[in-house]
Amino acid sequence: MKILVCISNVPDTTSKINLADDKKSVTMAGIQFIINPYDEIALTRALELTEPSGGTVTVINVGDASTEPTIRKALAIGATDAVRVNAAPRDAYFVAKQVSSFAKDKGYDMVLTGRESIDYNGSQVAAMVGELLDIPSISIVKKLEINSSTALLEREIEGGKEVVNCPLPLVASATEGMAEPRIPNMRGIMSARTKPLQVIEPVEVSQYQTVVNYDKPAPRSQVKLVPGDTVDQLLELLHSEAKVI
Amino acid sequence: MSVLVYTEHTNGKFKKSTFEALSYGNAIAKHLGTTLSAISIGDVPAEELQKLGTYGATRVLNTGTEQLRKFVNQAYAAVIAEAARKENATVVILSASFSGKGLAPRVAVKLDAGYVDGAMALPDFSNGFTVRKGAFSGKAFADVTLTSTNKVITLLPNSFGIIIDTQNSDIEDFTPILREQDFKAMVQEIIRASDKISLPEAELVVSAGRGLKGPENWGMIEELAGLLGAATACSKPVSDSNWRPHSEHVGQTGIAVSPNLYIAIGISGAIQHLAGVSNSKVIVVINKDPEAPFFKAADYGIVGDAFEVVPRLIEAVKAFKAVHA
Repeated sequence: MKILVCISNVPDTTSKINLADDKKSVTMAGIQFIINPYDEIALTRALELTEPSGGTVTVINVGDASTEPTIRKALAIGATDAVRVNAAPRDAYFVAKQVSSFAKDKGYDMVLTGRESIDYNGSQVAAMVGELLDIPSISIVKKLEINSSTALLEREIEGGKEVVNCPLPLVASATEGMAEPRIPNMRGIMSARTKPLQVIEPVEVSQYQTVVNYDKPAPRSQVKLVPGDTVDQLLELLHSEAKVI
Repeated sequence: MSVLVYTEHTNGKFKKSTFEALSYGNAIAKHLGTTLSAISIGDVPAEELQKLGTYGATRVLNTGTEQLRKFVNQAYAAVIAEAARKENATVVILSASFSGKGLAPRVAVKLDAGYVDGAMALPDFSNGFTVRKGAFSGKAFADVTLTSTNKVITLLPNSFGIIIDTQNSDIEDFTPILREQDFKAMVQEIIRASDKISLPEAELVVSAGRGLKGPENWGMIEELAGLLGAATACSKPVSDSNWRPHSEHVGQTGIAVSPNLYIAIGISGAIQHLAGVSNSKVIVVINKDPEAPFFKAADYGIVGDAFEVVPRLIEAVKAFKAVHA
C-alpha cells in the first residue's frame, strides 16, 4: 500500500487573525504554524493502514522553505518521506495541479487530504486532484477501511451518512472520526531529522482567481442580558426584536 | 450565455438550499442579462420539477437515467459539466452542501473555471466578478475576484434568501454521455436519522457544552431543539469525550454553521468555537459564569445555571408556541 497525504501549513487554531492596514493581506507575524488538523487525521489513518503490511506514506506540501518544520512534524508522526513543492500555495487549483502532477505515474493506492484547510476552508483540493488524475474522489469521510483493493468509506451527508464502496486508487478527504491524531514520540522526532525530504519545483498553472481584499466579522453590539427567571422575555425579544422565531 | 444551477434533492424532493441556490443564480442571471437553467439528476417527479420555475428557472434539464439514481460524485460532476456546456453556462451554482463541496471542484476543473466555495453574498460586479467567502474558519472574510470566463460558485446555506420569480419553465429530458469509469464509487447504503435537522443547513441551532456535565443530561437539549425545530450541536470537548457524535461538533475544526439563531448552553466560548458560529445572525448564550467569553460574542444572554434555565425555557417555548401557532 502506497499512500500520498497532502498537508497544509496553517495558523494554529488559537491564532487571532489580524489584517494589514490596507486589508490586502493577513498579518502572519507572531503566528504559530501547525499541520492542518484535518490533514493530521488523514496522515494518522494512512499510517494505521500501511503499518501492518509495511506500506509507505509520503507527505506532500506546497509551500516555501518556511513550511519545513511542519513537514518534519509529519515525518515525526511517522510518514516515510516527504516532498515539498517549492512555491507559495496561491489557490486550491494551483495546489491540486502540483499534487496531481507529482502523483501521476507513481502508483499511489490513495491520495488523502483533510476535509478542508482551516485557513481558506475550501474543501477543494481532494476533488480537484481526483478530477486531474481521473479517479474517484470521496469528500468529507469519517471512516475509511481497506479490504485488499477496495475501500469502504463513510462520508458525511446532511442528517446522516452515506456508505460508499470504491476500488483503489481513489482520493478521499478526512474529517473527525477517521482517526485520532497521533502525537510524535521522541524516537519519531529523532528519526524525522534524517528522513528524506525532496524539494521539487512547481509546474506552471493558469491563474483564475485572486483574493483582492480581506475583512473581519463586525463585532456584535453589547449583549442584552435577560434575568434567568423571566425567560419568556427572551423569547419575546427573539420574536419581536431579532425576528428569528 | 446562461447561469446553471445544480438542483440537489433528497429522495425526489428539492432541498431548501436548492431554492436558495436558484434564487442566487437568478439574481446573477438578471445582472448578467441572461437566463437561468437548472439541472436535476436522479429520480424527481414531474410536479417537483415544476417547482424550479417558481424561483426563476426558464429551462430545466432533467436526467432520470437509471444509472444516475444513486449519487456518484464523479458521474454527477460530468453530467453537470455537460449540462453547462449544453446551456452555454458561464456561471454554475451549487449549494455548499456535503455533496456540493465534492462536486464543484471537479466541475470547475472540467470547465476550466475559477471556483469560489461557500459564497456568502451576491458577487460584486463593480470591478469584475468578486465573491465574498469565509476564511480562517469564520475569523475573517476573503473577497475573491474570478478572472476566468467560466465560474463555479457554491452558496453557503442560509446566506441568501429564497426569492420567488415565477417563470414558465421548459422541462427537457437530458441524456448525458456517461463513461463507465465514472461509476466506480458506489453508494452501498444511506443512513439518515429522519427526525434530525441537518446542522450545516439549520436555521435554528441549540448547542451545549461541558456545562451540561454529562451525556445523560442532553434530554432537555433535544427537547428544546425539538420544540423550536432546531438542530442540536455541541462544543469540541463534548464530542471529544464521546458525549455526542463528531457530526455535531461546531467550531474551527468541526462544522461552521450559519443559522438565524444559535443558542449556546454551558459553552464558555473558546476562540475555536466562536470561529464556527461567527456567521450566525443572532446568538443567545446561557452560562452560569458571567465572565464566560461567549457573552462578548452574544446578542442576548442569560446568566444562570443551565439546569434551571433550560427547563424554564422549554416551558416558555411551549407557551410561546401555543400563542403564536
